[in-house]
Amino acid sequence: MIRQERMTVVRQVEIAHHIYELVLQGEIVQDMNPGQFVHVRVSDSFEPLLRRPISIASIDREASECTIIYRAEGRGTQILSQKQVGDEVDVLGPLGNGFSADAAPEGGTALLVGGGIGVPPLYELSKQLNARGVRTIHVFGFATENVTFYEEQFSALGETHFVTVDGTKGTKGFVTDLLEELQPEFDVFYSCGPLPMLRALEQFYPEKPGFLSFEERMGCGIGACFACICKTTENTEKDYVKVCSDGPVFPKGVVEL
Amino acid sequence: MSRINVELPGLDLKNPIMPASGCFGFGREYAQLYDLSVLGSIMIKATTVETRLGNPTPRVAETPAGMLNAIGLQNPGLEKVMKQELPFLEKYDVPIIANVAGTLTEDYVQVAESISTAPNVKALELNISCPNVKHGGITFGTDPVIARELVEAVKAVSKVPVYVKLSPNVTDIVEIAKAVEAGGADGITMINTLVGMRLDERTGKPVIANGTGGLSGPAVKPVAIRMVYEVYKAVNIPIIGMGGVTNAQDVIDFMSAGASAVAVGTANFVDPFVCPNIIEALPAKLEELGVKHIKEIIGRSHR
Repeated sequence: MIRQERMTVVRQVEIAHHIYELVLQGEIVQDMNPGQFVHVRVSDSFEPLLRRPISIASIDREASECTIIYRAEGRGTQILSQKQVGDEVDVLGPLGNGFSADAAPEGGTALLVGGGIGVPPLYELSKQLNARGVRTIHVFGFATENVTFYEEQFSALGETHFVTVDGTKGTKGFVTDLLEELQPEFDVFYSCGPLPMLRALEQFYPEKPGFLSFEERMGCGIGACFACICKTTENTEKDYVKVCSDGPVFPKGVVEL
Repeated sequence: MSRINVELPGLDLKNPIMPASGCFGFGREYAQLYDLSVLGSIMIKATTVETRLGNPTPRVAETPAGMLNAIGLQNPGLEKVMKQELPFLEKYDVPIIANVAGTLTEDYVQVAESISTAPNVKALELNISCPNVKHGGITFGTDPVIARELVEAVKAVSKVPVYVKLSPNVTDIVEIAKAVEAGGADGITMINTLVGMRLDERTGKPVIANGTGGLSGPAVKPVAIRMVYEVYKAVNIPIIGMGGVTNAQDVIDFMSAGASAVAVGTANFVDPFVCPNIIEALPAKLEELGVKHIKEIIGRSHR
């Protein structure tokens, strides 16, 4: 169920250059699933006006806490990064449809491929996959060393590879270069990141089931405003899908890439 | 006794608050969040004869205290709206205002004739002011002669009162308002969005794929208030005011300027509960003003 709640800031840390990890406490955590997102109002004034969609990186139902990781790049996220412990944040969520952890067979292997700020939602997914007895391989691409994060956390869950465009951390290049080199064996793949990466993955693994998480400029976040429309492929019945309410995660082959 | 009910042609409203067209889809999404029966009315998303897929993305861009959009009238088309969307809304005790759009006069006539027969559609809102489509839409809204002729053609077929949504992107909005009144319009809704543009800081190119978009949100409220104020003085048909409404005070402002009811647009994206919140806050606002009934404040700026 979608609810609006004033969540409380439990912790906020800059974990990489302009990348913040924000832990929020509130009741809506109980309904969260990996791959879903929250729509955050960073200020109670009308400047900036719109909410910011931010993916859910980690869910702790027992403590009613969730973690979101975002890049403070624009006006809105910069304001969010100033929030202190105890501050309240207006959150609408959980929104959208997340990753289906059930799609990975128990005892099997899942390949998780992330790019930049697309990495966070894969963390909760990886935790849930491992809890179900699914082995995870993580392949993550970043621009440069100082924007990388969560190496330790992912390494604790499974084989983890980092690649940077400038080669300052891990191998040099893109995730696709590394995947070509690694030739990983797996049953299903999950991905979140820039479109060229998602496109490459679809082409790399035509035989494997896969799930892709998309990003698009949003208005309402709940499917009413038609801002975040994506064209679908010929294989689907619908002419279009809304990233916010039909996605953000889609099985591969649904969205035209 | 309700202190906030209002009556307009075809519309007997329990309160003057309604979500504006294009900001509420066909109600389904907001129905997950609250009981739509609390609303005075719902202005549903513009309906055209055929399915429209709208403009390429990005379709929205944030601006200071506002936003630009260029959705492009995406909608499932008349048949699906009649068979799927309007019946869904029938389970709520709320009159519907159907926003009608098109490219040619015949399109408007066809949609109006059919959609005005739906049992819960109590009024039409002629969209002659969409800035985001290449043909039709705003071209009807900027020429008083063409606007009047369109209203006459739609009035001839509609089973319910016809309201006309005016564009602020004109030199003299009063002239258009008078023209649609002369054409037989039962009411006016105003304002649609203001044409604007935002540039990408790095590339210097427009952020929105369509180039231009319609500006809405709190930033446009002073323009909307001024226009409602001017049109109220010039016509004798009621006005549904809109443009940057976010709270009960904004509603009071629009009604003071001359609106008989008020639509809430962009604010639904910021706070999905904004309409029920405003409705709840209105009686206390009247108390503050020492007013018994909300109708007393309609047009008070002019008295």
